[in-house]
This record gives sequence, structure tokens and C-alpha cells, in this order.
Amino acid sequence: MSVFKDAGHLFRFAGLFVLAFLIFLVVRHYVVPKSFGQYGHYRGDAIGEIARRPVKYAGHETCEGCHSDQADKKKAGKHAHVNCEACHGALAGHADDPSTVTPVLPDTAVLCAQCHRASAAKPKGFPQVDPANHYPGPPCGSCHQPHSPGMDAPKAATGGVK
Amino acid sequence: MKISRRQLLILLPAAAVAWESVMAGTPEDAPNYKMTGHWWGMLVDIDKCIGCGNCVRACQTENDVPDGYFRTWVERYHVSDENMTEPEVISPDGGKEGFPVAQQDDKKYFFVPKLCNHCADSPCTQVCPVGATFISPDGVVLVDQTYCLGCAYCVQACPYGCRYIHPEKKVADKCTLCYHRITKGLTTACCEACPTGARQLADLKNPNDPIHAFLKTHSVQVLKPQMATGAKVFYNDLDGSVR
Repeated sequence: MSVFKDAGHLFRFAGLFVLAFLIFLVVRHYVVPKSFGQYGHYRGDAIGEIARRPVKYAGHETCEGCHSDQADKKKAGKHAHVNCEACHGALAGHADDPSTVTPVLPDTAVLCAQCHRASAAKPKGFPQVDPANHYPGPPCGSCHQPHSPGMDAPKAATGGVK
Repeated sequence: MKISRRQLLILLPAAAVAWESVMAGTPEDAPNYKMTGHWWGMLVDIDKCIGCGNCVRACQTENDVPDGYFRTWVERYHVSDENMTEPEVISPDGGKEGFPVAQQDDKKYFFVPKLCNHCADSPCTQVCPVGATFISPDGVVLVDQTYCLGCAYCVQACPYGCRYIHPEKKVADKCTLCYHRITKGLTTACCEACPTGARQLADLKNPNDPIHAFLKTHSVQVLKPQMATGAKVFYNDLDGSVR
């Protein structure tokens, strides 16, 4: 039995090891968030938290719900595929509370040039003007209707005949 | 309890369906949204981008991105026909206020909008030491900002330079593909604000999404395909000089 003469040391050490492991399990239980590992090696609840962030751009469907007159005008013209908030800015606040949050009408003298200022870098088919030579002075809106920017009546109104 | 073969065969599919719905989960506040039903990406049509910067401004507004940091930005390439390896690239303030007027010369110009590629095999999520960044079950690379240490391993790992350390929160921040919008059935802020349709949100798991018809009929490319990141932002008419 001389082999196990001092075995007590080993058992005490093993006991400490088991105790430490149990403490580790208890601590881990309280420290690791409940949803960790729900979908993978991350906190599953984080997905819901990110999904709950507030929306600032209402989306054109929301705008069209009230402003169908403007939406119809836009559909007939060249800006049919330009969403409302591309020019008017983020307006979810206005959609939530139309009476207190009122949008500022964009200044066409600044707004239009953001897209239409002529530059050799832009795609060739895209309509461009040099604001310094194309009727400088009056804002674009004095001749062009931003919702249907052609100079003539929109095609839908005349059946394609000018 | 003894279950006959017939009972087992009836029970198995039922259990599978139940397990599927347990695993699918739904982000809170989006009760009709099933994460397993989507696989998000984006289509960027280089031919349509006019470099107006609307997307950059929309992203910064929607996501409170601090000044000087970008979740999306636009680059303008100026490439000679002979030397494709040395393009002149500018992106003044991320293209937020547009670009200086260009004069036509013997080189070509084009704009390249950039954002997180929401890689299916993303290098950034693999290096995170604490599980703070991950690919959601619907294919969006997200950051759990309450869990992030701010060690910036992921910032270095992203081959596309799409991550930054938030100057106030001191944690990693990046494009969420407007996860708070797409789970509510809206498109991303950048797509909503793009006047030419150069950017389009794509759900690759939705068979009716126009992305499938587009991918079948066009020559699209992802950025840095040699890195095998499984990037899901598809570029139409991407020039070879784009890095």
C-alpha cells in the first residue's frame, strides 16, 4: 500500500479542482447573458435591440398615403422613381406627428444642382446643366416643376403629344 | 412509453417544424418578420450612380453616424485606358456633399458607392474575441455594442475598410444594412434616398425579388472576390481598377 501512502494530497487537490470548477460554472451562469448562444456565438437579444432602433426616413409608401396628389403628379413625370425623401429629407417625424413637425420646402436653387450640375464624371445619359450658364439667377423651380420637371405638360396629360 | 413506428413517423415532422420555429426567432417589434426567411444583400449599379452623395447624407441622418466617419461613402475613379492599376480615386468627405466638377479628358470617370458587403464568410466576425460581432441568421453583419470591447481587431480585419471605432461610444460601428428598417419591411435609408436607383436592397432568399432576374441577365461582380469573403453587395459594370 506504499503507493497510496500520501494519496491524501492528491484527493485534496482534486477536491479543490472540482470546487473551482463548480464556482466557475456558477459565475458563468450569472455573467453570461441568457441569450448568448441562442443563434451562435453571440448575444441573441442583440438582434432585437438593433431592430428596435428608431426609423428616420419614413419611406415613400408612407408619404404617398397622405400626399397622393403629389405622388400622382410625380408618377407621370421623369422623377417617377425618385423617392420623396431623396429631396425632402428624412421625415418619419412628420409622418408620426404631421401637425407639429412640418417639413421645410427645399430650395430648388440649391437642391436641383446636387444631382444635375454638369460634370464629365456623371453617366452620359443623365440630364445635366451648367447652373452658371443655364438661366442663372432664378431658382430652377420658377420654370421646372420639381415633381414633374419637364418644361412641357407631362406626357400622361397630353397622350404623348406635345 | 412505447412509440410505434407509425407514431414516430407522425411525430418526427411535427417536432422538426416546432424546432424550426424555435430556431427561427423574431427580432422584437417585428412580429411578422422571420429571420430564416431572408438573406440580405445589395445591388449597386455603377452605371446609374451620379455621385450626388444623397446616400451618404441619408445614412448619417438615419444612423447618427458622427461627422468624419462613414458607414457608406462614394468614391470617384479616374482611370486611363492603359494603366488600370493606378486609378486616381477621390472621396471628399465621403462624397457627402458631392464631387468637384470634372472636365472631360482622355481618361474615364465613374463613381463607386461603398458600404459593408455583409459577407457570408466575413473576416471581421471571425476575429472578434468576445462574440460581439456576428452574422445574423438573415445574413446581416451586426455589432452588439453592449458587448464590444473596442479592441478594433475587426476594423483591421475588414478588407473593405467598412468599420470604425465610434469616437464617443469607443466600440466598433458599421453599416447594419438598416436592420431596424428592413425588419419592418422598409428599404435601407441609402436606397430610399438614392435618386437614380443605383442602390437596391436585395433579399436573395425571396424568389420574387428582382435581384434574381438582374443577376441572370447582367455581368455582376463583388469587391475583392479573390479574398473569398462571400460578399453580398453585387456591383453591376464594375471596372477592373476598383479596389
